[in-house]
Amino acid sequence: MATVIVVTSGKGGVGKTTTSASFAAGLAQRGYRTVVIDFDVGLRNLDLIMGCERRVVYDFVNIINGEANLNQALIRDKRVENLHILPASQTRDKEALTREGVERVLNELRQNFEYIVCDSPAGIERGALMALYFADEALVVTNPEVSSVRDSDRILGILASRSRRAEQGENPVKEHLVLARYAPERADRGDMLSVEDVLEILGIPLLGVIPESPAVLQSSNAGVPVILEEDSDAGAAYSDLVDRFLGKNLPHRFITAQKKGFLKRLFGGG
Amino acid sequence: MGLFENFFRGSSNKSAALAKERLQIIVAHERGSGRRGSPDYLPALKKELLEVVRKYVPVDPSQIKVHLDREGGYEVLELNITLPDEEPRSRRSSESSQKPGQS
Repeated sequence: MATVIVVTSGKGGVGKTTTSASFAAGLAQRGYRTVVIDFDVGLRNLDLIMGCERRVVYDFVNIINGEANLNQALIRDKRVENLHILPASQTRDKEALTREGVERVLNELRQNFEYIVCDSPAGIERGALMALYFADEALVVTNPEVSSVRDSDRILGILASRSRRAEQGENPVKEHLVLARYAPERADRGDMLSVEDVLEILGIPLLGVIPESPAVLQSSNAGVPVILEEDSDAGAAYSDLVDRFLGKNLPHRFITAQKKGFLKRLFGGG
Repeated sequence: MGLFENFFRGSSNKSAALAKERLQIIVAHERGSGRRGSPDYLPALKKELLEVVRKYVPVDPSQIKVHLDREGGYEVLELNITLPDEEPRSRRSSESSQKPGQS
């Protein structure tokens, strides 16, 4: 039985696509047949982050419209076995994502995959609603910043009222918090909302904390999910996150500041 | 960042505390009409109400709005049905009706 997971946030630029790419790659690395779908119709970007932008022939909307079949549109990742990407369409017709069409594609994917990761667009418009509608679980990506936390709360409200599970009175969508771009030393200083602050406000379980890291930009420059940069802090954080999602009980790393020595504190920059 | 400032940082103002306080207020306010404030029976209630109304009047599904408000200690369930303008027979109730009720 396949599990559908939406990666969502409300606010843009908080790390949804970065998280989708690394989460999907991590699940596939651990042997699960995984597909990641870009729901951002008109603003396709997952392909760039995953480094397969030149291999896109058909897209999500082509399949919904019956212009191609799934095998033609799915892109097999060249680095990670078991990982497939379904790119978004560049059409500007936002109506292209119909609920029936999305459901049909998801049902077909369920036959062949264990995890279906839906990379939601920002906002609470059609694309975002479609991405979360069929979800069994949700990764809510939040930055420790007021507008992001507020938007995450709005998205949690929508998950609780407008998902298929909510409408049909089934068990609610299982929610997980992913706190991204976290800078523990700034939180310690009182300049940034802390992990505890965000948890207290949103009230959902913490799946992982991703530290603010130059590795994220470097890996997106190269078109490699950051989880594959195993030596980087962000990569290690995503790796832990995936293990936790799969049931491992791992302590959270990267939530306390590295202690700086006296000299480093005196001379080393922020 | 200057040496001095660098060394003594930690005594800077705590803007995160302000952020948390502001968020707690706005989030609590916004949840009133959305998350947790909206009971999960609302979609089903809306569907059944619509079916009942449509037995008598041909209304469009988009013309029924159900909204639950919480103010102070009580809740107001607001039901808003816009009846169609054009009716073959003359009917006094052809204007839109609002029926607020307590729950």
